[in-house]
Amino acid sequence: MLNSRIPAGPLENKWTDYKGHCKLVNPANKRHIEIIIIGTGLAGASAAAALGELGYKVKTFCFQDSPRRAHSIAAQGGINAAKNYQNDGDSVFRLFYDTVKGGDYRAREGNVHRLAEVSANIIDQCVAQGVPFAREYGGLLSNRSFGGTQVQRTFYAAGQTGQQLLIGAYQALERQIALGNVIQYSRHEMLDIVKIDGKARGIIARNLVTGELERHFGHAVLLCTGGYGNVFYLSTNAMGSNVTAAWKAHVKGAYFGNPCYTQIHPTCIPVSGDHQSKLTLMSESLRNDGRIWVPKKQGDARKASEIPEEERDYYLERRYPAFGNLVPRDVASRAAKERCDAGFGVGTSKQAVYLDYADAIQRYGKIECRKLGINNPDAETIRKQGVAVVKAKYGNLFDMYEKITGENPYEVPMRIYPAVHYTMGGLWVDYELMTTVPGLYCLGEANFSDHGANRLGASALMQGLADGYFVIPYTIGNYLADDIRTKPIPTTDPAFEAAEKEVRARIERLMGIKGKQTVESFHKRLGKIMWDKCGMARNEKGLQEAIVEIQQLKKEFWSDVRIPGGVLEMNPELDKANRVADFIELGELMCKDALNRRESCGGHFREESQTEEGEAMRDDNNFQYVAAWEFKSDSSWELHKETLEFEVVKPSQRSYK
Amino acid sequence: MEHYNMNLTLKVWRQKNKDDRGQFETYQVKNISSEMSFLEMFDVLNEELIRDGKDPITFDHDCREGICGACSMYIDGRPHGPWQANTTCQLHMRAYKDGDTIVVEPWRAQAFPVIKDLMVDRTAFDRIIQAGGYISINTGNPVDANAIPIEKDKADLAFANAACIGCGACVASCKNSSAMLFVSAKVSHLALLPQGDPERKDRALNMIAQMDKEGFGGCTNTGACEAVCPKEISISNIARLNSEYLRAGFTVDK
Repeated sequence: MLNSRIPAGPLENKWTDYKGHCKLVNPANKRHIEIIIIGTGLAGASAAAALGELGYKVKTFCFQDSPRRAHSIAAQGGINAAKNYQNDGDSVFRLFYDTVKGGDYRAREGNVHRLAEVSANIIDQCVAQGVPFAREYGGLLSNRSFGGTQVQRTFYAAGQTGQQLLIGAYQALERQIALGNVIQYSRHEMLDIVKIDGKARGIIARNLVTGELERHFGHAVLLCTGGYGNVFYLSTNAMGSNVTAAWKAHVKGAYFGNPCYTQIHPTCIPVSGDHQSKLTLMSESLRNDGRIWVPKKQGDARKASEIPEEERDYYLERRYPAFGNLVPRDVASRAAKERCDAGFGVGTSKQAVYLDYADAIQRYGKIECRKLGINNPDAETIRKQGVAVVKAKYGNLFDMYEKITGENPYEVPMRIYPAVHYTMGGLWVDYELMTTVPGLYCLGEANFSDHGANRLGASALMQGLADGYFVIPYTIGNYLADDIRTKPIPTTDPAFEAAEKEVRARIERLMGIKGKQTVESFHKRLGKIMWDKCGMARNEKGLQEAIVEIQQLKKEFWSDVRIPGGVLEMNPELDKANRVADFIELGELMCKDALNRRESCGGHFREESQTEEGEAMRDDNNFQYVAAWEFKSDSSWELHKETLEFEVVKPSQRSYK
Repeated sequence: MEHYNMNLTLKVWRQKNKDDRGQFETYQVKNISSEMSFLEMFDVLNEELIRDGKDPITFDHDCREGICGACSMYIDGRPHGPWQANTTCQLHMRAYKDGDTIVVEPWRAQAFPVIKDLMVDRTAFDRIIQAGGYISINTGNPVDANAIPIEKDKADLAFANAACIGCGACVASCKNSSAMLFVSAKVSHLALLPQGDPERKDRALNMIAQMDKEGFGGCTNTGACEAVCPKEISISNIARLNSEYLRAGFTVDK
């Protein structure tokens, strides 16, 4: 029976009560307790810093060459916090409410409320660390709005908020390394969890430079390993982002929650050809000022500039007048797909819509001219002033667009199309962020807990840092307080030996296949199956086909993959093969989960379940639960359900009209 | 934008491991689309090498959107290739034409030993940050974020320096393999903010000491670092670093 361990009592008191009553570990005992953290993104780095500060002995691992390169760094737009600095009606409750609604009523109320409560602390913490958020002329912090909300609560640092927050957490982590509280292992990949007496007690990691396997003991293990969007091959994730650590934990007993919940981000640069290795996001913040449109005429081959205003269809503004271009991501993505599928797409592939800044340039240009006292400015002056404002706000994003496409977005509208961006699903965790394996925790994007079936913009950074800085330092004590008598277990223990042997055998098996097809080619094929049949729209027949195709692909992979090089050396193809093998297994589970959930909710759109207007239609009577999958054996899982109770927010048909 | 395909000759540095001497190998790549990124062209080449039973070329890369700082190729004598304010992963093949020859090497610096082929070890940068590239504040202590207003110009300047992605192009471009641009960006980012003020002296002294210990060279104000920096970090930071260092060295308040 799944127990989410949500504290009793009124929603707004749960976290305070929990903190007041959870067990503590005394400082003298903390010194003897070792914690392993996998991944050094926002969740991992902040957890490592916070736990190191408390006096625990921490080891951190990342596959990159430096913890500063974790993929959190690529987050562009911002981080939400219920500060209400803008006096526009924001509050902890409203952030909580927006997040639950945005997640299409598939998240836990208790977790989300806690997230909203600590959001303000995050901003304070980051500013104190020297994170240079954008400021107004008066010296105070600036805010902007993001999709799915009607207040301005997003803090940002130009288009590189993720980089600035991660550098803040990385600096805090490096400080703990300098103080001797944390040991960092870069270019290391976790390849298995070691369980002793049912508890997580360590890991097997591979040194990616030498290829050697290492054993590491920990009283507890934290997985902060990010999302699994790369199961689709093409996504906005970094090339190295993978599910391997989470998958190994899953196979060792951690349930996987809502694997089918995938976020397809509406504003990405479209695919340009078969060579494409990844997709690039254009921040959601662009929808603050940009307007999205397609021609009113099907198959219109004219250039954007030749299409007059009255022949343009600003379909988001038309369909959702209240939120317009700032509808949540799932809604915006589906609307773009709907227009392109109906033959209104633009560009050579016809799989794109326009994101147009012409209006914003005019609007800002006029305001600037007024500010500067320029009377009756000519069109050129207005444009010049407007471009300057847009450049200051979004310059780096526009530059990035130009580098990739060779087109100047100040002159012509950007072409955008939805792409896989984030995964709301992940390892199932309870209120304390513990998985179903005692002592094994999961933080940040890697867990399933806070975003339901759709994540709102600027909430991923918030969750990563909330989990790392403000949640785990409390909840882990509640577990470790009972563990203070456990002496470090030597890594010669038979459990470590057995786990290492298993990892070694798998690597040898992979290397021994010596087939004909490259790892990359398998990954591409998996991605195509997933995108076509488990992507933006899903149906029963497609999902059933996908499961068969993935099982077939798996057989082929394990009999015909070719990995060059050796084991005891730097071998990126071997690293990738390990990851793709896990992605294949995950892909099958995602399809099974999507097949089981015969309702639409958030990013999960089952064609069989939609309203007359084509909106996602939930089925609360049958599916108001978290699907937590227990791994049984190869291609076999058992479904456990955690019923979602809504005590405060009443689930309703989400409307942004 | 007109698209075209091209055939190219690549001369790539191959080195099995840090102890190997290493040498250039020449490769022909065909039908490369002008829409590809530079690294996608390497993906194409690597797929061919694997199919031919050869060892693919190892290189660092991750986000492929110019922000993680992992990619690090020295292309035709210039870190990150010919485009201004750019990373290797954002370089696209329309920068080249049919028949071109491109020479690709790893970052070269004593403090960045080669791990394999084009991949180098940049952990020296982490150790420089450990020497003081942070503000010593524990989690949970801070005052309200708006309690200390910061002049917008100063905040913007701190941000411009915090934009450093730690790729090491500055070191690779420098004839002295100096890390002064990297160190000065971090010291400036923190020294410009009131939060960073209490530790600014120790920070400058300790980070410089670690930089020297790692084997990076001195700065002779050539300006190559600024010219190749993908994030356009200004060389004026080096002047600020020098003044921070002098101030810390010549004034005593303990």
